[in-house]
Amino acid sequence: MSSTTNPSAQHTSTIGAIGAPSRRNTELALLAFAVVIPVFAYANVGLAIDGSVPSGLLAYGLGLGLMAAVGHLVMRKFAAYADPLLLPLATLLNGLGLVVIWRLDQSERLQNLAERQYGVFSPSAPNQLLYSAVGLALFVAVLVFLKDHRILQRYTYISMVGALVLLLLPLVPGVGADVFGAKIWISVAGFSIQPGEFAKIIIAIFFSGYLMVKRDALALASRRFMGLYLPRGRDLGPIITIWAVSLLILIFENDLGTSLLFFGMFVIMLYVATERTSWIVIGLLMSSVGAVGVASFASHVQARVDAWLDPFGCYQTSGACEQIGQSIMSFGSGGVVGTGLGQGNSDLIGFAANSDFVFSTFGEELGLAGVMAIFLLYGLIIERGVRTALAARDPFGKLFAIGLSGAFALQVFVVAGGVMGLIPLTGMTMPFLAAGGSSVIANWALVGILLRISDTARRPAPAPASNPDAEMTQVVRP
Amino acid sequence: MSELTLTVMRLGFLAVLWLFVIVAVQVIRSDLFGTRVTQRGARRETARPQQGARQAPPPQRQQSGGGRRGRNAPTKLVVTEGILTGTTVALQGQTITLGRAHDSTIVLDDDYASSRHARIYPDRDGQWIVEDLGSTNGTYLDRSRLTTPTPIGPGSPIRIGKTVIELRK
Repeated sequence: MSSTTNPSAQHTSTIGAIGAPSRRNTELALLAFAVVIPVFAYANVGLAIDGSVPSGLLAYGLGLGLMAAVGHLVMRKFAAYADPLLLPLATLLNGLGLVVIWRLDQSERLQNLAERQYGVFSPSAPNQLLYSAVGLALFVAVLVFLKDHRILQRYTYISMVGALVLLLLPLVPGVGADVFGAKIWISVAGFSIQPGEFAKIIIAIFFSGYLMVKRDALALASRRFMGLYLPRGRDLGPIITIWAVSLLILIFENDLGTSLLFFGMFVIMLYVATERTSWIVIGLLMSSVGAVGVASFASHVQARVDAWLDPFGCYQTSGACEQIGQSIMSFGSGGVVGTGLGQGNSDLIGFAANSDFVFSTFGEELGLAGVMAIFLLYGLIIERGVRTALAARDPFGKLFAIGLSGAFALQVFVVAGGVMGLIPLTGMTMPFLAAGGSSVIANWALVGILLRISDTARRPAPAPASNPDAEMTQVVRP
Repeated sequence: MSELTLTVMRLGFLAVLWLFVIVAVQVIRSDLFGTRVTQRGARRETARPQQGARQAPPPQRQQSGGGRRGRNAPTKLVVTEGILTGTTVALQGQTITLGRAHDSTIVLDDDYASSRHARIYPDRDGQWIVEDLGSTNGTYLDRSRLTTPTPIGPGSPIRIGKTVIELRK
């Protein structure tokens, strides 16, 4: 906006900041909508499977509504100016995830499969509801106790150590658990936890604190070569370290997703901090070299790559292959508008149908139209995260917000790409949709931190403290 | 459950899902607020005289030695020297206050000006009067320090600290 001056009339204009509205009422309306949609879906599943409205409808609706209400009231009290969209979007995705997990619990095929394999079938939906409530509790705790995200800046290097410990915990004998080839789980007191989900938030603190200090050195000291600004050799140290750590994760934990997430997140933040395209090129080169190198000798990764290259060719030979083939078929049979909730056959995927492959059920029962809507919901969360980063006034907050949204985006891409056969399948879970406690809890915390940064960024600036009128007038001395 | 009901629910669900997405995008759209541009026209000048004339100086007009005189009363006040050089304020019968205070008509960002330094107002005949409001460093009209409210002669510069103003037709 420019200062529109009309010289003839001698009118001038004042440009002032608009007092940002808090938008809490908008958020409340959207939240109500976001609770109604999953309740509708729940009724739809019940009608399709049993021909009657499920008995738990009221309880489910009240549970989700209560969670949303608690989140909203806490926002009103502790983050009044935060973004109005993040909480409704997360609530909607979490609610839809719960409905689809409950729908897969009703599947006789999956019940029989579980009874054959473990002797007993236990439904996942009640657990998931519990995890969502724990996640929301963590969300509330973040908003209540984290008054200012800049406090986290003090813990830059402690975060690095903490994240590395969390990432390497699954390798410790006795704590780590090898679940179907990937060692990304630890079992504590009967619960299995995926520490990588929490490590992604903690390592974002380290990356932002570190890059905030070092970005000038990384951005300015460079040589120009073939249109790219190449960094000096010694400035390559951090990216090589992170690359090595992510390769170690890939080799020893057999998890492509986690290593891709960490390396990708670092490259995104490096790019944002330095504005140098060369980092993206270097990062892509290093990750492809690493991935190809590891795939040539690690058998677990090799199997995933084979299944990705030819999902139907190895259909009869390998378990991982079978799942990808079935997942692709369920996306295909969904067509444009889907088979309708509760009326698909995505339960044929069998194992991990409600966690790693939950998106296939969405693909089959909601079709292309539904999948696109869900992608847009994720895209809106990411967009709000990036918007928060743009609005944040402090460099740490900017980098932190971009790191969290970048990690979220990468996770969605890696999982959705994996189940659709775009990239090799990885052991990550769709944020908010998939069954799994760690994922839901960590992502609620992530949204909480984004809202805290957003609140700080959007809060109107306080009035200047000192009144210049009260200053002394200087006396002209003759 | 009949096939028809399920089909309607299936399509209805997709519609509701997309409706949510569209509503969310609308919220983003309404969230794109920038800065507020307020026209400080003549009408507002009288309504809220405290809006300072400090921003966006209009094209500067060179002082043409002594200024033009006319039979009619001056119509505007022009700052000819100082930080606010070029700023004009329309004279429409309202009192103009000058000083460092934020609610002055012309806010002087000048260490040598007092908070409430001087005011310029029309008397009953429409003659503009300048009055020093007990300032520390004084107000000068035509190089003489003011002691009483004085009518402003045509083209006479009024000096306050580093700022010089003048009434023009």
